[in-house]
Amino acid sequence: MQTVQRPPLPLRLLRVRPGGLVPIIALLAVLLILVAVRQPDFFAPPSLMSFLGRSAPIILLAAGQYFVIVSGEFDLSVGALVTAQVVVAARLIDSEPAHTWPVVLLLLGFGALVGLVNGLITTRLRVPSFITTLGMLLILLGAVYLWSDGAPKGGLSDEFRRFGRWAFEDVPVLGRVPYALIVLLAFAALAVLVARSDFGRTLIAVGDNPRTAELSGVRVWRHRTIAFVLSGVAAAVAAILIGGYSGVSFQAGAGLEFGAITAVVLGGVALGGGRGSVVGAMLGALSLELLFALMNFYGVSGALRSTVQGAIILLAVAVSAPRSSSR
Amino acid sequence: MRALAFRPTRWAVPGVFVALALTLAIGWLVVLIDGGQLFNQSTTVSLLHVAAGLGLVAVGQTLVILGGSLDLSVAYVVSLSTLVAAETMNGSDGALVPAIGLALTVSAAVGLFNGLLVTRLRINAFIATLGVGLLLKGYLDNGYDGPAGATSPALVQTLGYQRIGPVPLSFLLLVAVAGVVWLALARTRFGHHLVAVGGDPEVARLSGVRNDRVLVTAHVLCSLCAGLAGIYLASRLGSGAPRVGSEGLYDLESIAAVVIGGTALAGGRGGVLGTVGGVLLLASIDAIFNQLEVDAFFKQVIRGVVIIAAVAVYARRALRKGAV
Repeated sequence: MQTVQRPPLPLRLLRVRPGGLVPIIALLAVLLILVAVRQPDFFAPPSLMSFLGRSAPIILLAAGQYFVIVSGEFDLSVGALVTAQVVVAARLIDSEPAHTWPVVLLLLGFGALVGLVNGLITTRLRVPSFITTLGMLLILLGAVYLWSDGAPKGGLSDEFRRFGRWAFEDVPVLGRVPYALIVLLAFAALAVLVARSDFGRTLIAVGDNPRTAELSGVRVWRHRTIAFVLSGVAAAVAAILIGGYSGVSFQAGAGLEFGAITAVVLGGVALGGGRGSVVGAMLGALSLELLFALMNFYGVSGALRSTVQGAIILLAVAVSAPRSSSR
Repeated sequence: MRALAFRPTRWAVPGVFVALALTLAIGWLVVLIDGGQLFNQSTTVSLLHVAAGLGLVAVGQTLVILGGSLDLSVAYVVSLSTLVAAETMNGSDGALVPAIGLALTVSAAVGLFNGLLVTRLRINAFIATLGVGLLLKGYLDNGYDGPAGATSPALVQTLGYQRIGPVPLSFLLLVAVAGVVWLALARTRFGHHLVAVGGDPEVARLSGVRNDRVLVTAHVLCSLCAGLAGIYLASRLGSGAPRVGSEGLYDLESIAAVVIGGTALAGGRGGVLGTVGGVLLLASIDAIFNQLEVDAFFKQVIRGVVIIAAVAVYARRALRKGAV
């Protein structure tokens, strides 16, 4: 990889290259300007902090999805996994504070396990990940409905909900800092570290050309499986935040998989793998959330949201596509 | 070249039909032990009705997947088509032909748009058709709260409910459409070009195939099939239904049926006969579980397992053949 004489960071960011950060930063800037024009209050610390806290789950999911997509696969099961986790957490905690921490650990383990199964079926049984994770989506939703007889049971303890709801009060300058934001920053830092490690770089090589990677001694299946596990764990953390913020429902994770994939693609990561950065993926998720906030400010009716979302996605991808196809 | 390109089709088709026969045999036995009857008139009819709706969408989906593309917008095209048809008919038989024409035209236009996004703007098919799906979803959510329009009684009586013995007219429509598509794939230039483009776009281009044109045609045909499924559903429901497509999971289920039928998701390999087998397999599993009065959610779990297992079997077989 081009480690020799890299230009300093600001210059690197400016250079337009496939999978680079320029398009997503430009999109983010445009959205920020539009928000600033319409609703200057948005940038006051309290509302900004709560916006970032609310966006934490989808940003985490995008980071997890990044690892899977950059390695050349898909994970369609994350939305169903979030729903399953929230419902399972409510039933197991059953409003009992003492159950909180064991259940949190269990959820993380469950997320990792689902990722592991996705990864092993995809790599060892050679089922395309689109099908593996689609099957997993059906299995998870069916199983969780079956297990709870069609209506969520139990309840989340306040200790569990604080991750998604509570905040550090009276922080200087910022005011109120949601726990979710701290969780997000911690996991985002972790994601960047993983992406920049040997593992992260090898993963890009795997996505770019699995055959070449295999021939240079990389165990492709192991790397891809770990990517799925990362996505599963990210879904578990997102589920803990979503459960805390909005409570238990079968709709908790509905559509999140497509949201995360969209965010990753907006962030300049190529579907099919081999190109992109985790920072871009997370910024993509932030842009998507900002877009929703903007639609709120402009009073776009809830029903029309998906139309605007679809149009923005098509535009953003169309604008950056010619560059990426001519690599 | 041609024989080579089509050999996997001949290999893959029996697979899914063997699975179908086994499923039906085991299902018949289990239902019998349970004290029921799997092959009575009403279950057979409802099985074939389920197969007709999903089958029409899946046959179209086969075309785009063979070409190495994908269509995630079909579910919304189905809903849109039910509405266009039912609102134009507005309960009278007079507007039958124009309504069907309009519904198909609108569907074809969506397909054309999909195709142009994928070929001209070079947007990944997954994102392009997801985006178009969202555009349509917003339009439907914004404009409709519930059923709208009314299907012409003549259509309801024929396509919706008429049957010959246990075979509904709609299933015959599926058979006819699948037959035409099979002929197109096996005997026409378009069919051969499509498989070539799906197999290796670069090689196809260098051999003089106009990839873009072929793919756009496939997308238009796929949306037309979804539109036809919409007209069928409108005739079944008696009105336009804004959420029938997405609630029926027609997008993901049609892709699953295609893949269970032995068509490779990467394109270039497979065929429409397998898809019909895949649709029948999914519909049979549905019918068997309905007879056993198994929980609907358990059915979904089984569906997920079947989809993964079927594809794993194909992958294993492809691997073995590759090794020989």
